[in-house]
Amino acid sequence: MNHQFSPAALAAQIESVGVDIEGVNLSYGTNHVLKDVNLAIKPGEFFAFLGPSGCGKTTLLRLIAGFNTAQRGEVRIGGRDISTLPPHRRDVGMVFQSYALWPHMTVRRNVAFGLEERRVPRAEIERRVDAALDLVGLKHLADRRPSQLSGGQQQRVALARTVVIEPKILLLDEPLSNLDAKLRVQMRQELLSLQRKLGLTTIFVTHDQEEANTICDRIAVMDDGKVQQVGTPQDLYDHPANLFVAGFLGTANVLDGEVRSDGAAGSVFVGNGITPVALPPQEAGGAGAGTGGKLMFRPQNLAIRADGGPPAPGHARLTGVIRHREFLGASIRYAVDVGGQLVQVDAPHQAGDALLSPDAPIILDLAADKARFLRQ
Amino acid sequence: MTSLALTRDRIARVRPGPALAALLIAAFLLLFLVVPVVQVIFVAFQDKTTGAFTLVNFADFFGNDLFMRSFANSFYVSAMSVVVASLLALPLAYLTTRFEFRGSVLIQSLGIIPLIMPPFIGAVAMQLLFGRNGSVNLLLRDHFGFSIPFMEGLNGVIFVQSIHYFPFILINLSASLKNIDRAMEESAQNLGCHGFRLFRRIVFPLAMPGYVAGASLVFIKVFDDLGTPLLLNVNDMLAPQAYLRISSIGISDPMGYVISVVLISCSLLALWVSALAMRGKDYATVQRGGGGLAKRRLKPLEMVAAYGIVLLILVLVLAPHVGLGLLSFATIWSFSPVPDAFTLKHYQTVFTESGQYITNTLLYASLAALLDVVIGTAIAYLVLRTKLPGRQWLDYIAMAALAVPGVVLGIGYLRSFYGVPMPFTGQPLSNFWLILVFALAIRRLPYALRACTAALQQVSSSLEEAAENLGATKLRTVSRIVVPLMSGGILAGFVTSFATAAVELSATIMLVHSQSDAPLAYGLYVYMQSAAGRGPGAALGIFAVIIVGLGTYLSHVVIERGRRERGQDQ
Repeated sequence: MNHQFSPAALAAQIESVGVDIEGVNLSYGTNHVLKDVNLAIKPGEFFAFLGPSGCGKTTLLRLIAGFNTAQRGEVRIGGRDISTLPPHRRDVGMVFQSYALWPHMTVRRNVAFGLEERRVPRAEIERRVDAALDLVGLKHLADRRPSQLSGGQQQRVALARTVVIEPKILLLDEPLSNLDAKLRVQMRQELLSLQRKLGLTTIFVTHDQEEANTICDRIAVMDDGKVQQVGTPQDLYDHPANLFVAGFLGTANVLDGEVRSDGAAGSVFVGNGITPVALPPQEAGGAGAGTGGKLMFRPQNLAIRADGGPPAPGHARLTGVIRHREFLGASIRYAVDVGGQLVQVDAPHQAGDALLSPDAPIILDLAADKARFLRQ
Repeated sequence: MTSLALTRDRIARVRPGPALAALLIAAFLLLFLVVPVVQVIFVAFQDKTTGAFTLVNFADFFGNDLFMRSFANSFYVSAMSVVVASLLALPLAYLTTRFEFRGSVLIQSLGIIPLIMPPFIGAVAMQLLFGRNGSVNLLLRDHFGFSIPFMEGLNGVIFVQSIHYFPFILINLSASLKNIDRAMEESAQNLGCHGFRLFRRIVFPLAMPGYVAGASLVFIKVFDDLGTPLLLNVNDMLAPQAYLRISSIGISDPMGYVISVVLISCSLLALWVSALAMRGKDYATVQRGGGGLAKRRLKPLEMVAAYGIVLLILVLVLAPHVGLGLLSFATIWSFSPVPDAFTLKHYQTVFTESGQYITNTLLYASLAALLDVVIGTAIAYLVLRTKLPGRQWLDYIAMAALAVPGVVLGIGYLRSFYGVPMPFTGQPLSNFWLILVFALAIRRLPYALRACTAALQQVSSSLEEAAENLGATKLRTVSRIVVPLMSGGILAGFVTSFATAAVELSATIMLVHSQSDAPLAYGLYVYMQSAAGRGPGAALGIFAVIIVGLGTYLSHVVIERGRRERGQDQ
């Protein structure tokens, strides 16, 4: 079976348009679901709304599709305000989480549906449906019913049904959540190659940071109805704007402490079990002496110092006690009690290496330039 | 080593308990369902005098004008009842599932009220309200100079049946509309579809299986019904003809049997057509509590129209109840919109003269319902939880009772058990009142069985395995874990069986041998034969409504409570 999207793409390359969301506020009764959402999605971009369930990401997607209405704010597609258009006149293609394939129609009829609604001539419908099914590699299953297809095949049909109408933008609502783990990894590459081929501005809703990281150009991390941060996956991981973003993308170590002045050198972070960490001016963000906050760093920013020598230049020293360890294969993750707070450390593992035992004291060096200071 | 082999051997063997239960149930079904029905079919193909195989009875049937007219009438009445019932059910189903409508609660009760009164009970009252000289036509004639033949001949049967049976369509159609996932509709909108096209292309086809299920049920019920045409004095239909042949000419007349075979064939045909229409169309598309189609608010004018429709149907639905109530308190009610005066005398008559009808009914219906849930639970358990060979057949045979009209079962019992003398008394076995209980139990078994099966499916088998793992024997597991967990479903099955058995007439009327053994439905039929008996008959009907109404309410309460306890609120 053909699992790669065929190179025979749809006839016309779709002209990419951008999406602008401005000052959107939406409430269900007293439940304020979207709070002052502002986003600018560029033409041709693969963009993700990422966040935990209940953060408002699906509500925002459905707002763009026209299935709910904001009390304030507007949504512009290609510069045109679509806030007052009914769903069927918006020309935004949406792939539903459940795929929503109609069980009473064959695959071909499902895919042809949108074109029939647009009164496209019969011969052209045939041609475009064939092209779309070809694109997802399912032409041979055109006469099946959706119930006779596997989950992955249903997913492709849903995609074909949506892209065949050549929508202005493509909305994907958790499209991979109903697939098994192996297929999910494969499908996300296929989604990406399809998106690149069509040049279609695409918005992808997911709660899985790995999915968003691997295929999206930029991500809007959402929580509690607000956009927490927008950026490329690397941006968000390396420079999280707040604790939520830090913790949602990858594992974050967080130490409580405060900023102290270090004379002429500038500011330093002082906390329990750690030597003072110099904060560059852009990192301290103008926080004056005495400002409480947290030092955030990743497990791989720490190095175990078995020799106990002085810290290397530009490193801070942490001392603690190993509480437990997890053998992960390529690395070993130790949880270390540093001044009463747990810190995760990843140590690379080679065959024959001895494991450190719990309750043993441990000395760690932190590359100071990798650490981030986050205010409360 | 030997002891180990022995244990294994014992485990591999079929357990004696379930096997014994299966044999007992099989014997019961064979004796009281299979044998009588096969007997009926057999006799239909038998020469009356020689007993040889013949088709001459069928030739007589198809060559007889009265029978052919009856056949055509039965078909016409059933088909028209489906049409009229659909006209009543469609707007109601559409209103509740598509709109934010306060009247939805009202519509839900509309779906229950008709079912708590069997159609034949209300038939006479409907005659007084809608007949040629009934209240409505008297008023129409006085004020507008015309009348509407609601109750003339076949119209009356269609009118009464469709008011009674439209809830089957309403319930099934609403359920399948509710089972359509919102994304089905939204994806169509997303692709540019809206309005009536959306309804025609997506919503309607997805709701079709539910509609077909409801409609075929209505068709079968009307086709098989004996009581309503009999009480409306419409005799040229198939079920009344079968009854009249047997009751007037005798159980040796082959025509009653031929008609029975035709009735069974048509039931099977309707079931087959509906199965065909539903095949491969399990369209329940709701996922992860996404539930139901999008609802919108009604505009003011639409709201008025919606309430208008609902109230009109409510009036129609309540008409038999109101009419029956009036009749039961009326001194004389003839050629006038409302009775001349009111009295309590009829209730007194019922209490003094016919208390036995009520006590008999309570006894028969509760015994039949008890039998149903015991057999239903046993079959459900055998089918779902044992590996007994042939267990599926118990289910099939029990469900086959659906296709057997009450008249046919009654005729079959008469034929099979009339020649069997009772021990001690020497009376024919078919005159024994317990036979009536068995007939009722067989008739209601399919519904009870489905309720019990559904209840057992909700009980995860790991709950049983946990009990066995902790040392409980199979029997103890069933009695301490399975049955308590099923109790809600079993109780609901009991109450439904009880309530419907209490007002069953088709089989009963064939089997009642003496007034003292007769249940309520039969008494009602006897009363309604004479003009003077109408008052007491209506009073008896009110008792029937109360019994069935209470039963329905109780089963509703039980089901709701069970649902809450299992945390399936919403």
